[in-house]
Amino acid sequence: MMNLLPVVLTAIVGIVVILSFFVPHPYIAEPAQKLQDWAIVIVASGYVLGAANVYKVNGESAIKRQKDWVYKWILLGSMTGMMVVGFFFSGGTQFLNEGSPFKWGYDFLYVPMQATMFSLLAFFIASAAFRAFRIRTVDAALLAVAALVVMIGRVPLGNLFTAAFPEPIQLPTMANWLLEWPQNAAKRGIAIGAGLGVMATGLRIILGIERSHMREEA
Amino acid sequence: MAFGDTLEKLDRRWIFLLVALLVLIPLLRPLRLPLAVSGPARNFYEAVEAVPAGSIVVLAGDFDPASAPELVPMTKSVVRHLFRKNVRIIALELWEGGPPLVDAILHDVGDELGKKYGIDYVNLGYKSGREAVMPSFGNSFSRTFPNDYSGTAVSKLPLMREADTFAQTALFVNISAGYPGTKEWVQQVQGRFDVRMVSGSTAVQAPEIYPYLQSGQVVGLLGGMAGAAEYEKSINVPGAATKGMDAQSSAHMFIAFLILLGNAIYFSRRGAARRPS
Repeated sequence: MMNLLPVVLTAIVGIVVILSFFVPHPYIAEPAQKLQDWAIVIVASGYVLGAANVYKVNGESAIKRQKDWVYKWILLGSMTGMMVVGFFFSGGTQFLNEGSPFKWGYDFLYVPMQATMFSLLAFFIASAAFRAFRIRTVDAALLAVAALVVMIGRVPLGNLFTAAFPEPIQLPTMANWLLEWPQNAAKRGIAIGAGLGVMATGLRIILGIERSHMREEA
Repeated sequence: MAFGDTLEKLDRRWIFLLVALLVLIPLLRPLRLPLAVSGPARNFYEAVEAVPAGSIVVLAGDFDPASAPELVPMTKSVVRHLFRKNVRIIALELWEGGPPLVDAILHDVGDELGKKYGIDYVNLGYKSGREAVMPSFGNSFSRTFPNDYSGTAVSKLPLMREADTFAQTALFVNISAGYPGTKEWVQQVQGRFDVRMVSGSTAVQAPEIYPYLQSGQVVGLLGGMAGAAEYEKSINVPGAATKGMDAQSSAHMFIAFLILLGNAIYFSRRGAARRPS
Protein backbone atom coordinates (compact mmCIF):
# COMPACT_ATOMS: atom_id res chain seq x y z
CA MET A 1 0.00 0.00 0.00
CA MET A 2 2.82 2.39 0.95
CA ASN A 3 4.42 1.76 -2.43
CA LEU A 4 1.19 1.81 -4.43
CA LEU A 5 -0.21 5.11 -3.15
CA PRO A 6 2.60 7.35 -4.49
CA VAL A 7 2.47 5.55 -7.86
CA VAL A 8 -1.31 6.04 -8.15
CA LEU A 9 -1.06 9.68 -7.05
CA THR A 10 1.75 10.34 -9.56
CA ALA A 11 -0.29 8.74 -12.34
CA ILE A 12 -3.42 10.78 -11.54
CA VAL A 13 -1.50 14.08 -11.29
CA GLY A 14 0.49 13.39 -14.46
CA ILE A 15 -2.54 12.39 -16.52
CA VAL A 16 -4.64 15.38 -15.38
CA VAL A 17 -1.86 17.89 -16.13
CA ILE A 18 -1.11 16.36 -19.55
CA LEU A 19 -4.82 16.27 -20.43
CA SER A 20 -5.20 19.94 -19.46
CA PHE A 21 -2.89 20.84 -22.37
CA PHE A 22 -5.44 19.42 -24.82
CA VAL A 23 -8.81 19.51 -23.04
CA PRO A 24 -10.08 22.94 -21.95
CA HIS A 25 -13.23 21.49 -20.28
CA PRO A 26 -13.63 22.67 -16.64
CA TYR A 27 -13.67 19.04 -15.40
CA ILE A 28 -10.01 18.85 -16.45
CA ALA A 29 -8.92 22.51 -16.40
CA GLU A 30 -10.05 23.21 -12.81
CA PRO A 31 -8.27 20.26 -11.15
CA ALA A 32 -5.19 20.94 -13.30
CA GLN A 33 -5.15 24.58 -12.16
CA LYS A 34 -5.46 23.44 -8.55
CA LEU A 35 -2.54 21.03 -9.03
CA GLN A 36 -0.45 23.82 -10.55
CA ASP A 37 -1.25 26.03 -7.52
CA TRP A 38 -0.06 23.22 -5.26
CA ALA A 39 3.11 22.84 -7.33
CA ILE A 40 3.86 26.54 -6.83
CA VAL A 41 3.40 26.13 -3.04
CA ILE A 42 5.66 23.05 -3.00
CA VAL A 43 8.41 24.85 -4.94
CA ALA A 44 8.12 27.83 -2.57
CA SER A 45 8.53 25.55 0.45
CA GLY A 46 11.66 24.22 -1.23
CA TYR A 47 13.31 27.56 -0.45
CA VAL A 48 12.84 26.92 3.29
CA LEU A 49 14.35 23.47 2.86
CA GLY A 50 17.19 24.98 0.80
CA ALA A 51 17.97 27.57 3.49
CA ALA A 52 17.95 24.86 6.19
CA ASN A 53 20.30 22.81 4.02
CA VAL A 54 22.73 25.71 3.64
CA TYR A 55 22.80 26.09 7.45
CA LYS A 56 23.29 22.37 8.00
CA VAL A 57 26.01 21.75 5.40
CA ASN A 58 28.00 24.95 5.97
CA GLY A 59 27.31 25.17 9.72
CA GLU A 60 28.92 21.79 10.40
CA SER A 61 32.02 22.64 8.33
CA ALA A 62 32.29 26.09 9.92
CA ILE A 63 32.07 24.77 13.49
CA LYS A 64 34.58 21.97 12.81
CA ARG A 65 36.90 24.49 11.12
CA GLN A 66 37.12 22.39 7.96
CA LYS A 67 38.47 23.74 4.65
CA ASP A 68 37.34 27.34 3.89
CA TRP A 69 35.59 27.63 7.26
CA VAL A 70 36.03 31.41 7.29
CA TYR A 71 34.06 31.77 4.05
CA LYS A 72 31.34 29.52 5.44
CA TRP A 73 30.97 31.78 8.48
CA ILE A 74 30.75 34.79 6.13
CA LEU A 75 28.06 33.00 4.10
CA LEU A 76 26.03 32.06 7.17
CA GLY A 77 26.47 35.50 8.73
CA SER A 78 25.44 37.34 5.54
CA MET A 79 22.45 35.07 4.98
CA THR A 80 21.24 35.43 8.56
CA GLY A 81 21.88 39.17 8.49
CA MET A 82 19.83 39.74 5.33
CA MET A 83 17.00 37.55 6.65
CA VAL A 84 16.86 39.36 10.00
CA VAL A 85 16.93 42.76 8.24
CA GLY A 86 14.25 41.63 5.77
CA PHE A 87 11.93 40.03 8.31
CA PHE A 88 12.18 42.49 11.20
CA PHE A 89 13.60 45.86 10.15
CA SER A 90 12.25 46.55 6.64
CA GLY A 91 8.52 47.14 7.09
CA GLY A 92 7.24 43.57 6.67
CA THR A 93 5.87 42.99 3.18
CA GLN A 94 7.24 46.39 2.10
CA PHE A 95 10.81 45.11 2.47
CA LEU A 96 11.71 45.96 -1.15
CA ASN A 97 10.46 49.56 -1.02
CA GLU A 98 12.97 52.35 -1.66
CA GLY A 99 14.72 53.38 1.53
CA SER A 100 14.23 50.11 3.42
CA PRO A 101 17.39 48.55 4.91
CA PHE A 102 16.78 45.36 2.90
CA LYS A 103 16.62 47.35 -0.35
CA TRP A 104 19.86 49.08 0.66
CA GLY A 105 21.47 45.65 1.06
CA TYR A 106 20.09 44.62 -2.34
CA ASP A 107 21.33 47.77 -4.11
CA PHE A 108 24.73 48.15 -2.49
CA LEU A 109 25.75 44.58 -1.60
CA TYR A 110 23.86 42.01 -3.67
CA VAL A 111 23.88 43.84 -7.03
CA PRO A 112 27.60 44.79 -7.02
CA MET A 113 28.65 41.34 -5.80
CA GLN A 114 26.68 39.54 -8.51
CA ALA A 115 27.97 41.96 -11.16
CA THR A 116 31.53 41.37 -9.92
CA MET A 117 31.20 37.60 -10.07
CA PHE A 118 29.85 37.71 -13.61
CA SER A 119 32.44 40.27 -14.75
CA LEU A 120 35.27 37.99 -13.62
CA LEU A 121 34.24 35.68 -16.45
CA ALA A 122 35.75 38.07 -18.99
CA PHE A 123 39.18 37.73 -17.37
CA PHE A 124 39.03 33.96 -17.09
CA ILE A 125 37.77 33.55 -20.66
CA ALA A 126 40.66 35.69 -21.94
CA SER A 127 43.19 33.65 -19.98
CA ALA A 128 41.60 30.36 -21.07
CA ALA A 129 41.52 31.50 -24.72
CA PHE A 130 45.28 31.98 -24.59
CA ARG A 131 46.22 28.83 -22.70
CA ALA A 132 43.53 26.21 -23.28
CA PHE A 133 42.03 26.77 -26.74
CA ARG A 134 44.49 24.59 -28.67
CA ILE A 135 43.63 23.37 -32.18
CA ARG A 136 44.72 19.75 -31.85
CA THR A 137 42.08 18.11 -34.08
CA VAL A 138 39.89 18.96 -37.09
CA ASP A 139 36.87 19.26 -34.74
CA ALA A 140 38.76 21.75 -32.59
CA ALA A 141 39.73 23.70 -35.73
CA LEU A 142 36.07 23.92 -36.82
CA LEU A 143 35.08 25.05 -33.34
CA ALA A 144 37.83 27.68 -33.26
CA VAL A 145 36.93 29.10 -36.69
CA ALA A 146 33.21 29.23 -35.80
CA ALA A 147 34.00 30.88 -32.46
CA LEU A 148 36.22 33.51 -34.08
CA VAL A 149 33.67 34.33 -36.80
CA VAL A 150 30.76 34.63 -34.33
CA MET A 151 32.81 36.52 -31.75
CA ILE A 152 34.07 39.13 -34.21
CA GLY A 153 30.98 39.11 -36.42
CA ARG A 154 28.65 40.04 -33.55
CA VAL A 155 30.48 43.27 -32.65
CA PRO A 156 30.76 46.55 -34.60
CA LEU A 157 34.51 46.10 -35.21
CA GLY A 158 33.81 42.96 -37.23
CA ASN A 159 31.30 44.93 -39.23
CA LEU A 160 33.89 47.62 -39.86
CA PHE A 161 36.66 45.22 -40.97
CA THR A 162 34.64 43.55 -43.71
CA ALA A 163 32.26 46.35 -44.70
CA ALA A 164 34.06 46.74 -48.07
CA PHE A 165 33.57 43.07 -49.01
CA PRO A 166 30.53 41.64 -50.85
CA GLU A 167 27.72 40.95 -48.34
CA PRO A 168 27.93 37.11 -48.34
CA ILE A 169 31.52 37.20 -47.10
CA GLN A 170 31.07 39.96 -44.54
CA LEU A 171 31.68 38.76 -40.98
CA PRO A 172 28.20 39.64 -39.60
CA THR A 173 26.56 37.73 -42.48
CA MET A 174 28.76 34.70 -41.82
CA ALA A 175 28.12 34.90 -38.06
CA ASN A 176 24.35 35.02 -38.63
CA TRP A 177 24.57 32.12 -41.09
CA LEU A 178 26.44 30.02 -38.51
CA LEU A 179 23.86 30.84 -35.85
CA GLU A 180 20.85 30.28 -38.06
CA TRP A 181 21.84 27.08 -39.87
CA PRO A 182 24.59 24.76 -38.53
CA GLN A 183 24.05 25.84 -34.91
CA ASN A 184 20.28 25.62 -35.26
CA ALA A 185 20.42 22.15 -36.83
CA ALA A 186 22.57 20.80 -33.99
CA LYS A 187 20.48 22.53 -31.35
CA ARG A 188 17.25 21.21 -32.84
CA GLY A 189 18.62 17.66 -32.94
CA ILE A 190 19.60 17.89 -29.28
CA ALA A 191 16.20 19.42 -28.36
CA ILE A 192 14.28 16.67 -30.18
CA GLY A 193 16.39 13.97 -28.52
CA ALA A 194 15.99 15.53 -25.08
CA GLY A 195 12.24 16.01 -25.67
CA LEU A 196 11.73 12.38 -26.60
CA GLY A 197 13.75 11.36 -23.55
CA VAL A 198 11.62 13.54 -21.26
CA MET A 199 8.42 12.10 -22.77
CA ALA A 200 9.64 8.52 -22.34
CA THR A 201 10.75 9.12 -18.75
CA GLY A 202 7.52 10.98 -17.95
CA LEU A 203 5.42 8.12 -19.29
CA ARG A 204 7.48 5.56 -17.36
CA ILE A 205 6.93 7.53 -14.14
CA ILE A 206 3.20 8.01 -14.77
CA LEU A 207 2.75 4.31 -15.56
CA GLY A 208 4.71 3.32 -12.45
CA ILE A 209 7.48 1.56 -14.40
CA GLU A 210 10.13 4.04 -13.25
CA ARG A 211 10.15 4.24 -9.44
CA SER A 212 13.73 5.19 -8.67
CA HIS A 213 12.68 8.69 -7.47
CA MET A 214 10.72 7.05 -4.63
CA ARG A 215 13.69 5.22 -3.15
CA GLU A 216 16.47 6.84 -1.20
CA GLU A 217 19.10 4.43 -2.46
CA ALA A 218 18.30 5.41 -6.07
CA MET B 1 61.19 29.88 -29.50
CA ALA B 2 62.46 31.96 -26.59
CA PHE B 3 59.76 34.55 -27.21
CA GLY B 4 57.17 31.77 -27.43
CA ASP B 5 58.39 30.34 -24.14
CA THR B 6 58.17 33.73 -22.48
CA LEU B 7 54.59 34.17 -23.70
CA GLU B 8 53.67 30.64 -22.69
CA LYS B 9 54.87 31.28 -19.13
CA LEU B 10 53.37 34.79 -19.03
CA ASP B 11 51.75 35.59 -15.70
CA ARG B 12 48.01 35.55 -16.34
CA ARG B 13 47.64 38.82 -14.42
CA TRP B 14 49.16 40.64 -17.41
CA ILE B 15 46.31 39.30 -19.51
CA PHE B 16 43.82 40.40 -16.84
CA LEU B 17 45.35 43.89 -16.86
CA LEU B 18 45.07 44.15 -20.65
CA VAL B 19 41.44 42.98 -20.57
CA ALA B 20 40.66 45.58 -17.91
CA LEU B 21 42.26 48.34 -19.98
CA LEU B 22 40.58 47.23 -23.20
CA VAL B 23 37.19 47.33 -21.48
CA LEU B 24 37.78 50.52 -19.52
CA ILE B 25 39.28 52.77 -22.19
CA PRO B 26 36.38 52.47 -24.71
CA LEU B 27 33.92 53.03 -21.86
CA LEU B 28 35.69 56.26 -20.88
CA ARG B 29 36.42 57.38 -24.46
CA PRO B 30 33.78 55.84 -26.76
CA LEU B 31 34.94 54.94 -30.28
CA ARG B 32 31.40 55.31 -31.71
CA LEU B 33 31.78 52.36 -34.06
CA PRO B 34 29.03 51.99 -36.67
CA LEU B 35 26.36 49.49 -35.64
CA ALA B 36 24.22 47.43 -38.03
CA VAL B 37 20.79 46.12 -36.97
CA SER B 38 20.49 42.36 -37.45
CA GLY B 39 17.38 40.58 -38.80
CA PRO B 40 16.15 39.13 -35.48
CA ALA B 41 16.52 42.55 -33.76
CA ARG B 42 14.67 44.26 -36.63
CA ASN B 43 11.86 41.71 -36.30
CA PHE B 44 11.67 42.41 -32.55
CA TYR B 45 11.38 46.14 -33.21
CA GLU B 46 8.73 45.61 -35.89
CA ALA B 47 6.69 43.32 -33.60
CA VAL B 48 6.61 46.05 -30.93
CA GLU B 49 5.97 48.72 -33.55
CA ALA B 50 2.94 46.74 -34.79
CA VAL B 51 1.24 46.79 -31.38
CA PRO B 52 -1.71 49.24 -31.56
CA ALA B 53 -1.78 52.18 -29.14
CA GLY B 54 -3.84 51.45 -26.02
CA SER B 55 -3.14 47.72 -26.16
CA ILE B 56 -1.74 45.74 -23.26
CA VAL B 57 1.60 43.93 -23.41
CA VAL B 58 2.91 41.39 -20.89
CA LEU B 59 6.58 41.79 -19.99
CA ALA B 60 8.32 38.99 -18.09
CA GLY B 61 11.71 40.10 -16.73
CA ASP B 62 13.40 36.82 -15.87
CA PHE B 63 16.89 37.89 -14.86
CA ASP B 64 18.97 39.04 -11.91
CA PRO B 65 21.80 41.55 -11.36
CA ALA B 66 24.45 39.22 -12.85
CA SER B 67 23.05 39.85 -16.33
CA ALA B 68 22.01 43.46 -15.70
CA PRO B 69 24.62 45.03 -18.06
CA GLU B 70 23.07 43.13 -20.98
CA LEU B 71 19.42 42.95 -20.01
CA VAL B 72 18.68 46.18 -18.14
CA PRO B 73 19.45 48.41 -21.18
CA MET B 74 17.36 46.04 -23.31
CA THR B 75 14.40 46.14 -20.91
CA LYS B 76 14.67 49.91 -20.61
CA SER B 77 14.56 50.37 -24.40
CA VAL B 78 11.59 48.02 -24.80
CA VAL B 79 9.65 49.73 -21.98
CA ARG B 80 10.47 53.15 -23.50
CA HIS B 81 9.34 52.01 -26.94
CA LEU B 82 6.07 50.60 -25.56
CA PHE B 83 5.31 53.67 -23.45
CA ARG B 84 6.10 56.01 -26.35
CA LYS B 85 3.46 54.13 -28.36
CA ASN B 86 0.99 54.47 -25.46
CA VAL B 87 0.97 50.73 -24.94
CA ARG B 88 0.26 49.58 -21.39
CA ILE B 89 2.47 47.05 -19.61
CA ILE B 90 1.81 44.23 -17.15
CA ALA B 91 5.17 43.04 -15.79
CA LEU B 92 6.08 39.95 -13.80
CA GLU B 93 9.30 38.27 -12.70
CA LEU B 94 10.17 34.62 -12.09
CA TRP B 95 13.74 35.15 -10.83
CA GLU B 96 13.96 36.04 -7.15
CA GLY B 97 16.89 38.44 -7.65
CA GLY B 98 15.37 40.55 -10.40
CA PRO B 99 12.14 42.28 -9.32
CA PRO B 100 13.73 45.51 -8.01
CA LEU B 101 15.59 45.96 -11.31
CA VAL B 102 12.43 45.65 -13.42
CA ASP B 103 10.46 47.79 -10.97
CA ALA B 104 13.08 50.57 -11.12
CA ILE B 105 13.02 50.54 -14.95
CA LEU B 106 9.21 50.75 -15.08
CA HIS B 107 9.11 53.64 -12.62
CA ASP B 108 12.08 55.54 -14.11
CA VAL B 109 10.87 55.36 -17.72
CA GLY B 110 7.21 55.67 -16.65
CA ASP B 111 7.90 58.86 -14.65
CA GLU B 112 9.94 60.29 -17.55
CA LEU B 113 7.08 59.73 -20.01
CA GLY B 114 4.27 60.71 -17.63
CA LYS B 115 2.81 57.22 -17.12
CA LYS B 116 0.70 56.34 -14.08
CA TYR B 117 1.10 53.19 -12.02
CA GLY B 118 -2.01 51.00 -12.05
CA ILE B 119 -3.37 52.66 -15.20
CA ASP B 120 -0.49 52.55 -17.70
CA TYR B 121 1.62 49.87 -16.06
CA VAL B 122 1.58 47.32 -13.28
CA ASN B 123 4.39 45.30 -11.78
CA LEU B 124 3.04 42.01 -10.43
CA GLY B 125 6.43 41.20 -8.90
CA TYR B 126 7.95 37.83 -8.16
CA LYS B 127 6.25 34.49 -7.80
CA SER B 128 8.18 31.40 -6.75
CA GLY B 129 7.41 28.18 -8.59
CA ARG B 130 9.49 28.82 -11.70
CA GLU B 131 8.09 26.85 -14.67
CA ALA B 132 4.96 25.86 -12.73
CA VAL B 133 3.90 29.53 -12.58
CA MET B 134 3.78 29.86 -16.37
CA PRO B 135 0.69 27.79 -17.30
CA SER B 136 -1.04 29.06 -14.18
CA PHE B 137 -0.37 32.65 -15.26
CA GLY B 138 -1.61 31.78 -18.75
CA ASN B 139 -4.90 30.59 -17.28
CA SER B 140 -5.42 33.65 -15.09
CA PHE B 141 -3.15 36.60 -14.30
CA SER B 142 -5.09 37.65 -11.20
CA ARG B 143 -5.39 34.17 -9.74
CA THR B 144 -1.64 33.60 -10.05
CA PHE B 145 -0.76 37.08 -8.80
CA PRO B 146 -3.56 38.20 -6.42
CA ASN B 147 -1.32 41.10 -5.28
CA ASP B 148 1.17 43.30 -7.10
CA TYR B 149 4.85 43.93 -6.28
CA SER B 150 4.05 46.23 -3.36
CA GLY B 151 1.24 44.07 -1.98
CA THR B 152 -1.76 45.96 -3.43
CA ALA B 153 -4.65 43.69 -4.45
CA VAL B 154 -4.70 43.55 -8.27
CA SER B 155 -8.50 43.96 -8.19
CA LYS B 156 -7.84 47.57 -7.11
CA LEU B 157 -5.67 48.30 -10.16
CA PRO B 158 -7.66 49.56 -13.20
CA LEU B 159 -5.25 48.02 -15.73
CA MET B 160 -5.63 44.56 -14.21
CA ARG B 161 -9.40 44.75 -14.59
CA GLU B 162 -8.91 44.93 -18.36
CA ALA B 163 -6.71 41.87 -18.82
CA ASP B 164 -6.69 38.51 -17.10
CA THR B 165 -5.48 36.22 -19.88
CA PHE B 166 -3.13 36.44 -22.86
CA ALA B 167 -6.16 36.68 -25.15
CA GLN B 168 -6.64 40.25 -23.91
CA THR B 169 -3.06 41.25 -24.67
CA ALA B 170 -1.28 42.11 -27.92
CA LEU B 171 2.24 40.84 -27.34
CA PHE B 172 4.35 38.95 -24.83
CA VAL B 173 7.89 40.22 -24.25
CA ASN B 174 10.26 37.96 -22.36
CA ILE B 175 13.64 39.26 -21.25
CA SER B 176 15.52 36.26 -19.95
CA ALA B 177 18.89 35.17 -18.62
CA GLY B 178 18.33 31.41 -18.43
CA TYR B 179 16.04 29.04 -16.55
CA PRO B 180 13.17 29.72 -16.28
CA GLY B 181 13.04 31.90 -19.36
CA THR B 182 12.17 32.09 -23.03
CA LYS B 183 12.52 28.36 -23.72
CA GLU B 184 10.09 27.49 -20.91
CA TRP B 185 7.63 30.28 -21.83
CA VAL B 186 7.54 28.87 -25.38
CA GLN B 187 7.02 25.32 -24.13
CA GLN B 188 4.43 26.14 -21.46
CA VAL B 189 2.58 29.16 -22.79
CA GLN B 190 3.27 30.28 -26.37
CA GLY B 191 1.55 27.49 -28.29
CA ARG B 192 -0.97 26.61 -25.63
CA PHE B 193 -2.40 30.12 -25.30
CA ASP B 194 -1.61 31.23 -28.88
CA VAL B 195 0.67 34.06 -27.76
CA ARG B 196 2.63 36.36 -30.08
CA MET B 197 6.01 36.42 -28.43
CA VAL B 198 9.38 38.20 -28.68
CA SER B 199 12.48 37.49 -26.64
CA GLY B 200 15.50 39.36 -25.37
CA SER B 201 18.21 37.21 -23.86
CA THR B 202 21.83 37.13 -22.78
CA ALA B 203 24.37 36.45 -25.54
CA VAL B 204 25.11 33.06 -23.98
CA GLN B 205 21.46 32.03 -24.10
CA ALA B 206 20.57 33.52 -27.51
CA PRO B 207 21.61 30.45 -29.59
CA GLU B 208 19.10 28.40 -27.55
CA ILE B 209 16.31 30.62 -28.89
CA TYR B 210 17.20 30.37 -32.59
CA PRO B 211 15.14 27.18 -33.23
CA TYR B 212 12.04 28.94 -31.87
CA LEU B 213 12.86 32.01 -33.93
CA GLN B 214 13.12 29.98 -37.10
CA SER B 215 9.85 28.15 -36.36
CA GLY B 216 8.04 31.47 -35.78
CA GLN B 217 7.16 30.69 -32.15
CA VAL B 218 9.34 33.66 -31.22
CA VAL B 219 8.96 36.46 -33.78
CA GLY B 220 11.95 38.60 -32.76
CA LEU B 221 15.13 38.21 -30.76
CA LEU B 222 17.59 40.56 -29.09
CA GLY B 223 20.78 38.67 -28.27
CA GLY B 224 23.00 40.08 -25.53
CA MET B 225 24.44 43.56 -25.39
CA ALA B 226 24.70 43.62 -29.19
CA GLY B 227 20.93 43.04 -29.45
CA ALA B 228 20.28 45.73 -26.84
CA ALA B 229 22.47 48.20 -28.73
CA GLU B 230 20.72 47.36 -32.01
CA TYR B 231 17.37 48.05 -30.34
CA GLU B 232 18.64 51.35 -28.93
CA LYS B 233 19.62 52.26 -32.48
CA SER B 234 16.20 51.20 -33.80
CA ILE B 235 14.31 53.44 -31.35
CA ASN B 236 16.94 56.15 -31.79
CA VAL B 237 17.79 56.45 -28.10
CA PRO B 238 21.45 55.46 -27.60
CA GLY B 239 22.08 54.21 -24.07
CA ALA B 240 24.27 52.00 -21.94
CA ALA B 241 24.32 49.13 -24.46
CA THR B 242 25.53 51.35 -27.31
CA LYS B 243 28.30 52.61 -25.03
CA GLY B 244 29.15 49.07 -23.96
CA MET B 245 29.50 47.77 -27.52
CA ASP B 246 32.84 49.54 -28.02
CA ALA B 247 34.19 47.83 -24.90
CA GLN B 248 32.75 44.51 -26.01
CA SER B 249 34.27 44.97 -29.48
CA SER B 250 37.77 45.49 -28.12
CA ALA B 251 37.42 42.63 -25.60
CA HIS B 252 36.19 40.23 -28.32
CA MET B 253 39.04 41.24 -30.63
CA PHE B 254 41.55 40.71 -27.84
CA ILE B 255 40.19 37.25 -27.03
CA ALA B 256 40.28 36.34 -30.75
CA PHE B 257 43.88 37.59 -30.88
CA LEU B 258 44.75 35.47 -27.82
CA ILE B 259 43.26 32.34 -29.41
CA LEU B 260 45.36 32.92 -32.54
CA LEU B 261 48.51 33.78 -30.57
CA GLY B 262 48.12 30.78 -28.27
CA ASN B 263 47.80 28.49 -31.28
CA ALA B 264 50.71 30.11 -33.14
CA ILE B 265 52.92 29.36 -30.12
CA TYR B 266 51.50 25.83 -29.88
CA PHE B 267 52.19 25.03 -33.55
CA SER B 268 55.66 26.59 -33.54
CA ARG B 269 56.62 24.50 -30.47
CA ARG B 270 55.13 21.37 -32.00
CA GLY B 271 57.05 21.99 -35.24
CA ALA B 272 60.26 22.50 -33.31
CA ALA B 273 59.70 19.32 -31.31
CA ARG B 274 59.25 17.29 -34.51
CA ARG B 275 62.41 18.58 -36.14
CA PRO B 276 65.44 16.31 -35.58
CA SER B 277 67.92 18.04 -33.27
